[in-house]
Amino acid sequence: MNQEASIVEIRSLRYAVSGRPIFDGLDMDIARGRVTAVMGPSGTGKTTLLRLITGQVRADSGTIEVAGEDMRTLKRDELYVLRRRMGMLFQNGALLTDLSVFENVAFPLREHTDLPERLVRQLVLTKLQAVGLRGAAELMPAELSGGMSRRVALARAIVMDPEILIYDEPFVGLDPISMGVILRLIRRLNNTLGLTSIVVSHDVKEVSSVADNVFLLSGGKVVASGTPKDLAANTSEVVQQFMGGLADGPVPFHFPAPDYFGELLARGEGR
Amino acid sequence: MKVIKELWQSLIDALIGLGSIVRFLLRLLAVTPGALLRFDLIVQQIFNSGALSLVIIMLAGLFVGMVLGLQGFTLLERFGSEESLGEAAAVGLVKELGPVITALLFAGRAGTALASELGLMRATDQLSAMEMMAVDPIKRVVVPRFLGGVIAMPLLAAIFSVIGLYGAQLIGVQIMGVDSGSFWSQMRDGVDLADIRQGIVKSVIFGIACSLIAVYEGYFATPTAAGVGRATTRTVVTSAVVVLFLDYLLTSAFL
Repeated sequence: MNQEASIVEIRSLRYAVSGRPIFDGLDMDIARGRVTAVMGPSGTGKTTLLRLITGQVRADSGTIEVAGEDMRTLKRDELYVLRRRMGMLFQNGALLTDLSVFENVAFPLREHTDLPERLVRQLVLTKLQAVGLRGAAELMPAELSGGMSRRVALARAIVMDPEILIYDEPFVGLDPISMGVILRLIRRLNNTLGLTSIVVSHDVKEVSSVADNVFLLSGGKVVASGTPKDLAANTSEVVQQFMGGLADGPVPFHFPAPDYFGELLARGEGR
Repeated sequence: MKVIKELWQSLIDALIGLGSIVRFLLRLLAVTPGALLRFDLIVQQIFNSGALSLVIIMLAGLFVGMVLGLQGFTLLERFGSEESLGEAAAVGLVKELGPVITALLFAGRAGTALASELGLMRATDQLSAMEMMAVDPIKRVVVPRFLGGVIAMPLLAAIFSVIGLYGAQLIGVQIMGVDSGSFWSQMRDGVDLADIRQGIVKSVIFGIACSLIAVYEGYFATPTAAGVGRATTRTVVTSAVVVLFLDYLLTSAFL
């Protein structure tokens, strides 16, 4: 893939947390203007990958380029400039609890711009209309359901018109209706705003229905990538286990432990 | 041998803690000029830390003053100098009890609120969300709270002292029958500007210490329910110990 087509380029990324490697030679290209999903079993570092892409943590080695900027060499204020071109939807929405829905969406505008109040109002109401919550503008975050908070957070993430929109586990804990709403929004926002969307999730069915490309992570590497159809047709054991939701396979059901019988029969020393 | 080793280790830990809190303070001070431009945020925090602590400060001040009046009167009466009650109460309140008790109550009321608020903001990703929106949470959230506390604390201490004097007067003059004229005039003669200055310096320093400890504990709280609880407890305990220790240092420095 050439520079033009990919907005995020990751090359031989290595990252370890307290000696335990999370990524060990990860390569990834995220295409501009598409919905790209990053999937993988829990604990494979999907959220960590987002934190690396957004510069919240730094890689041990390897390069990450986002919109042509090398994340390793960025200074704090350069990073902040880059982040204005990104929006991120956190798992629980992460709305500021002391501000109303309206003020939450207006927050980035008030912090970064000096627009007249009338324009702020128009921008905020348009974005709230886009997520279907214009009527909830005066509510406080505590009065919203989980799905609604996430939609407000989505409105807040797009209020500065970012180029990249990142979703961290957007479907967790949602009822089917809210899930459908979020799915539709991901696709619609991507197409109408000309965004690049990165969705981190382990909900195979939902992601397959919305993503253009999928990367499947396991053991610190990309084990498979392609369209959702490619992945469903992939015969590799890891891919089949994940896409089919099988309990045991290359990703073991059991957390590594000493021998079962040995431990049961032991007299309880050491515990 | 093991005891010495553990003592040594806890000394090292304490020094590391002190180092990181000083570094945090420098980080706060670095963005303070920028944060001062958003004075509305600071005013809001003065309200949260100051105005909302008023009731407890005023009640405590009243009772401390009344006790001071009662104890002072019975003690001074032995020497036949109960007219000095005004002076004794005022010096005690302005130099010691005002700043110290206000700081302890401030840590309990405003400090815990700050620490748990910041800890919960951390636990619910609100601070990370701000960073992702290219807003520095230190500048937008932490510094206004810190400055709000630093500004509120001396004001609260002053109010505490005034209410305390009223309480001492209430007992001494209204009930025990000390002459009102000599109560106030001895007070005016006996308290000079240096005493008041000491009280102000103390309350400013206690304000810095308590606010800093609260925002530090909250900002670096482990983002779990237990972690936020621990941060809140540590705010009160550390603040209390530090305030009493600083009080001794400052008092001996002033003498």
